[in-house]
Amino acid sequence: MEIINFLQYSFIQRAFVAGVFVAVICSALGLFLVLRKMSLIGDGLSHVSFGAIALGLFFGIYPFYIAIPLVILASILILKISEKAQVYGDAAIGVVSAIGISSGIILAGLSHGFNVDLFSYLFGNILAISNIEVILSALLSIIVMAAVYFFYWDLFSATFDEEYAKTTGIKTAFINNLLTVLTAVTVVLSIRMVGVMLVSALLILPAVTALQLSRGFKTAMTIGAVASLLSVILGISFSFFLDLPTGATIVMINVVFFGLAFVYKKIA
Amino acid sequence: MPAIIEAKNISVNYGSSEALKNISFDIEKGDFVGLAGSNGAGKTTLVKALLGLLPLTTGKIELFGESEERFNDWQKIGYLPQKFSTINVLFPATVEEVITLGLLSTKKFPKRITAADRKKTKALMAELGITEQAKKMLSELSGGQQQKVLLGRALISEPEVLIFDEPSTALDPNSRDAFFKLLQTLNQEKGITIILITHDTGYIGKYANKLLYIDRELIYFGKFSEFCADHKMKSYFGEHEQHIICHQHD
Repeated sequence: MEIINFLQYSFIQRAFVAGVFVAVICSALGLFLVLRKMSLIGDGLSHVSFGAIALGLFFGIYPFYIAIPLVILASILILKISEKAQVYGDAAIGVVSAIGISSGIILAGLSHGFNVDLFSYLFGNILAISNIEVILSALLSIIVMAAVYFFYWDLFSATFDEEYAKTTGIKTAFINNLLTVLTAVTVVLSIRMVGVMLVSALLILPAVTALQLSRGFKTAMTIGAVASLLSVILGISFSFFLDLPTGATIVMINVVFFGLAFVYKKIA
Repeated sequence: MPAIIEAKNISVNYGSSEALKNISFDIEKGDFVGLAGSNGAGKTTLVKALLGLLPLTTGKIELFGESEERFNDWQKIGYLPQKFSTINVLFPATVEEVITLGLLSTKKFPKRITAADRKKTKALMAELGITEQAKKMLSELSGGQQQKVLLGRALISEPEVLIFDEPSTALDPNSRDAFFKLLQTLNQEKGITIILITHDTGYIGKYANKLLYIDRELIYFGKFSEFCADHKMKSYFGEHEQHIICHQHD
């Protein structure tokens, strides 16, 4: 009875809709990122989001409108720094991440007024998601999913063996840019759910869970998506009934799935 | 025979270092070319330049009569890189999926794998004797089987040219012999042109009809038989070295 009532709350319905979309895109992109050893790009871009959200709040503009273009720009900047300045990818992420977080802190210091709002983005709260945010999440997630669907084989090939992919005519530079831009959009969308601090967990954990169990790339994509979806659905439900922070609960359920997959692999 | 790969005075620089200097050659349809040279001679650089993976500093490459910059028929060229030098072996891809990647050169956006593609992949796996491994992960296979999978990936697009970068490095002698016999069949029965980087110039002489020997610049390009009788090569390599190259041992 309580469960039926729970599903009737409009804020729960909004959380489920947005959460399901974001869970699917996080698991799909996360698999490519983990296999390319780019897991920490999620962390770096979430720090940039922090600075961008601070900028939005500072000027009184809806934060996501600022965060999406700025984080996309930052993602391209990471690629360019590592390509042109001959800096390793992780160091390039570190540079851009530092710019994001320090500019956010400076803006928070200058404003004296929006610190509470800004710090709510650090930990996220999907239960407080608005209708416009649900629509935005759904639309952008559909765009990300469509891009992954249409470029699935190019992404697969370029991730498996980039040099060989080039010899089959795949424009790997374009595919790398595409993956980074899609990751930027996904990171911004995920912040509402789990916050700046835990975004990378949403990208990494379903992928590493899938990699424990998968017998093929398509299977890995499916297992990652199922693990991610279940984590979000169970995370929202448990956090409601047990009065826990939603983002952290979603991440902890992801961790439990990873642990179970790891143990299963060891004993199977 | 018309040349299907023409390199005209090509040079490749890495920064200020000259990796290849003014190299020219023509490869004809049906050739089996052994590409040899000492370590650091520029063999892999040359192959990468042919595949468009490295920009030329000077010169020009033509593939099937078209300049490399404008060439789009990449399905005509199959490539088998040095064993796993660029591949993540922990990648969760099945044998069938890896071979399918070779079909992407035949596809236009949006790339989709059809039932006919899957049938073709299965037929090729049967031909290579790896049907039972179809659902296995690459990391679960032996060195010889892994090499067959990568060969399958290169062959699935029905290429006219196959380019190999030291394919026998990780193979035991039996697997190496079987692999080279397979290449010989592909060359002689299917007419596929083969360019193969090797350190073992004697061994490749059993299979290749031409030798392309480089040491940053072109030292020799021509028939194996003529190389062995070439006095200039005798003075370059020394009689003993030339004999070893021409020995064609088992």
